[in-house]
Amino acid sequence: MDAESLLLSLELASGSGQGLSPDRRASLLTSLTLLKRDYRYDRVLFWGRILGLVADYYIAQGLSEDQLAPRKTLYSLNCMEWSLLPPATEDMVVQTSVVKGRFMGDPSHEYEHTELQKMSEGEKVFEEEVVVQIKEETRLVSVIDQIDKAVAVIPRGALFKTPFGPIHVNRTFEGLSLSEAKKLSSYFHFREPVELKNKTLLEKADLDPSLDFMDSLEHDIPKGSWSIQMERGNTLVVLRSLLWPGLTFFHAPRTKNCGYIYVGTGEKNIDLPFML
Amino acid sequence: MEDLTSPKQEKENQELGEAGRPWEEIAASSQDPESALSEPLESEQWPETGPQPRSSLPQSPLSRSSTPLDDLRGPGASSPPSPPQEASFTPSTLALAGQELAIPWQSDKTAVNVNPKAGTPRSQHLELPTISDKGESTAPQTCQSEGNTFQQSQQTKRLLYGPEDVSDNNSKQKELTFNVFQEEDSNSNYDLDHAESGVSEVAPSLLEIAIQSAKAYLLKTSSKSGLNLYDHLSDMLTKVLDERPENAVDIIESISQDVKMEHFRKKLDTLQNENEMLPIYEIAEKQKALFLNGNLEGADQELEDEIAENSLPNVMESAFYFEQAGVGLGTDETYRIFLALKQLTDTHPIQRCRFWGKILGLEMNYIVAEVEVHEGEDEDDVEDEDVTEERDDGDSEADENDEEELPRTFYKTPQPIPKEESRTGANKYVYFVCNEPGGPWVKLPSVTPAQIVIARKIKKFFTGRLETPVVTYPPFPGNESNYLRAQIARISAGTHVSPLGFYQFGEQEVEEEEEVEGRRESFEENPDFEGIQVTDLVESLSNWVHHVQHILSQGRCNWFNPTQKSEEEEEEEDEEKEEEKGEEPDYMEQEVGPPLLTPISEDLEIQNIPPWTTQLSSNLIPQYALAVLRSNLWPGAYAVSNGKKFENFYIGWGHKYSPDNYTPPALPPVYQEYPSGAEITEMDDPSVEEERAFKAAQEQAAALPVEEMEETEEDEDEEDYDQE
Repeated sequence: MDAESLLLSLELASGSGQGLSPDRRASLLTSLTLLKRDYRYDRVLFWGRILGLVADYYIAQGLSEDQLAPRKTLYSLNCMEWSLLPPATEDMVVQTSVVKGRFMGDPSHEYEHTELQKMSEGEKVFEEEVVVQIKEETRLVSVIDQIDKAVAVIPRGALFKTPFGPIHVNRTFEGLSLSEAKKLSSYFHFREPVELKNKTLLEKADLDPSLDFMDSLEHDIPKGSWSIQMERGNTLVVLRSLLWPGLTFFHAPRTKNCGYIYVGTGEKNIDLPFML
Repeated sequence: MEDLTSPKQEKENQELGEAGRPWEEIAASSQDPESALSEPLESEQWPETGPQPRSSLPQSPLSRSSTPLDDLRGPGASSPPSPPQEASFTPSTLALAGQELAIPWQSDKTAVNVNPKAGTPRSQHLELPTISDKGESTAPQTCQSEGNTFQQSQQTKRLLYGPEDVSDNNSKQKELTFNVFQEEDSNSNYDLDHAESGVSEVAPSLLEIAIQSAKAYLLKTSSKSGLNLYDHLSDMLTKVLDERPENAVDIIESISQDVKMEHFRKKLDTLQNENEMLPIYEIAEKQKALFLNGNLEGADQELEDEIAENSLPNVMESAFYFEQAGVGLGTDETYRIFLALKQLTDTHPIQRCRFWGKILGLEMNYIVAEVEVHEGEDEDDVEDEDVTEERDDGDSEADENDEEELPRTFYKTPQPIPKEESRTGANKYVYFVCNEPGGPWVKLPSVTPAQIVIARKIKKFFTGRLETPVVTYPPFPGNESNYLRAQIARISAGTHVSPLGFYQFGEQEVEEEEEVEGRRESFEENPDFEGIQVTDLVESLSNWVHHVQHILSQGRCNWFNPTQKSEEEEEEEDEEKEEEKGEEPDYMEQEVGPPLLTPISEDLEIQNIPPWTTQLSSNLIPQYALAVLRSNLWPGAYAVSNGKKFENFYIGWGHKYSPDNYTPPALPPVYQEYPSGAEITEMDDPSVEEERAFKAAQEQAAALPVEEMEETEEDEDEEDYDQE
């Protein structure tokens, strides 16, 4: 959610029960403003909160003018002092995929993971147990990246692609209509398209290149990994990810208000196929 | 060139003909009354359009400006204003310079000319040229036309022709001056006219440069959107003239916005849902009832009574506490729930009521109210029980009939463990749910041990519709309302905690119940409770206690001995028991859970994960902060205390946390179809040696008496069959 409209956004997303306490809200409003100035971001998003056992991580993201350009992610434990996280790499994702369980809330905490590695001495090949240390900060980076890639959502039309390639905020976006808002096809993954290239020409025929340049949620796997609901007497659409429980996307149809927030444990729901 | 371009123009004209006309009129009309000088020009100009195909008259936004454009061409092309030339020229300029040229000129003109003279002489003008001038003007047209066409074709190829023309074509200067003179006239731009008529050679070029640079600026493409102001303005004007809105000047901003939005809007299907807004109104209407309820009961007497026997919780107060903790629904939603709870307490005989929490579903959510009903108000439950019992009887009868014909299964269904009576154990409270504030409250059926046992083994999302069947393995006995009730019971048992000392055991009951079961299951508020320091609550988990009974693995809070049977049952089953004795142990060890009001510090860890996380609600102002307790076992369960008061709340998907992934229990081993014995066991075929040994044995047997031998032969035959 946009840091500038934080209060309204939190109110709209409150249906999932996860908000911020008044002192957190106040400090975020202050610190994110400064963050925008200091890092010279075009837009600052309050991304959400990862619940740890001891403390919570508050996450913010800074966007450059090109909305799909790699984002800068920052975290804070007290909502005032922000630290920049390194960009996620594939190695990180692979490395941290073995970690399970909850976050601690201490970025320097190290998870220990023992794995069997094949060692070869001359002709002999034998397996040896190696203890791998994984820093929680690394896990934080990779989890945020995974969530962003899997379930960050933006309504269709909120962004548009300029003829030169960069993606900008569509200033004329005035919200989805009510009937469109109830369809998953009106929402896009807020990331570089992955599936779009695999579409056939026939499927692409109806797409508007300036608007439909991202993957829609419609074909997400597994099917039914989104819960789409109308709230507040049909004046608010709320999408909840079932794959990453805790991610709430909200959009008030016919207005510009939209955004997503993640408040959860930072764990993927791998049981989803059993639960539908 | 003429031939090529004119059809194009025509096309454009036809498309935008309607819009074009007014332009032309305005432009022309403005010229009309201005000066006598302009008249001849006009007379020449108008016929020019005359000879052309009629379609050029209703001119397009591009050619709307045929008049203005001609004017423009005048100075630029330095050609005489002769009509024939224009006839040929107009299309060519249009073709080359296209829209770009035409429109700024229009807008220029509107600024200068149209405003002061708005529309009054419109009608005069149209008649003027067509009727009076046609005949006269034809002669000069033809004369000059030949000389000019050449010029134009040259010049029109240059985009910026003004200054160059002047310098290049000295020979044409005369024409130029004349042209400019007329041009300025026709524009009614008097200032320019006076200034430039003197310095006619330089002036047009300056003007032209200014125009060109302005145009170039307008044409500059935005680096963000790829649009340019020029096109945008022309689109806007097209739209205004197409739609002719009232008071266009007042809504010009939104017209601009609309035009921009059209770039991003696909041509929508013309079929649109007209009643799109209906559901919004319906729900608002439904919720209106909540707000009106209070006003209807106006009598003071009633109000006093109501306050006296208050079963309604202060939802807003607890919502305030939870807001400090950073959880909870928005203020608006909370208040609506508050009203809905009021409705519930008004319509049902309820002793105490509490907002339990919210369970998220796929399609709808559940708002759950925890309710203590007055004694003797649970008739519904009794009915439910009867129904289930009847069903059970029906099943068993059917089984008995089948048994005569079909083979009997050896599977013996374990005796169902009876559910706990209302106001005890897991059924201590009654739960009402609704999907949204204002919706009907539905009472959940009381929970059975079997449901709790199965609910522990499954993991399934709620849909939001109570009647949905729960399709899982192992099969869940009941529909979603039963599953919801079972989860609520489990969550309450796991996460409802209070500060130590807030509750105490009732004194009388302690004695009675200790005698009976050795367990105490009721408690009361401690009137002497003095509160615990918030910091103590945060620092030590032993200052918090469970005030809801632990549910045993049997599915009940109070253990039920399944082997201890009522007399009737014992008689019936005595015979069976005797046969199958030894299969089941008669004695089962009694399950014992932690007693009520056990500190939560004794809760089990979840694979090295502590079951609770404590926090102060604010580190900035700790002296007024609250103690916040977050359950890690049931994500979404919270408890808040300010030392004296406490609140429990749950909001989430209703699933227990597990660091490992869910594994459904394995299928039970397949039952044997028939008892295996010696008769039906497969044997290996005899080998050669065995056959020989067998024959040797036969020969030996031959020595025996004949009778015996016959018998053995028969036996052998049988054996052979078996072996085959």
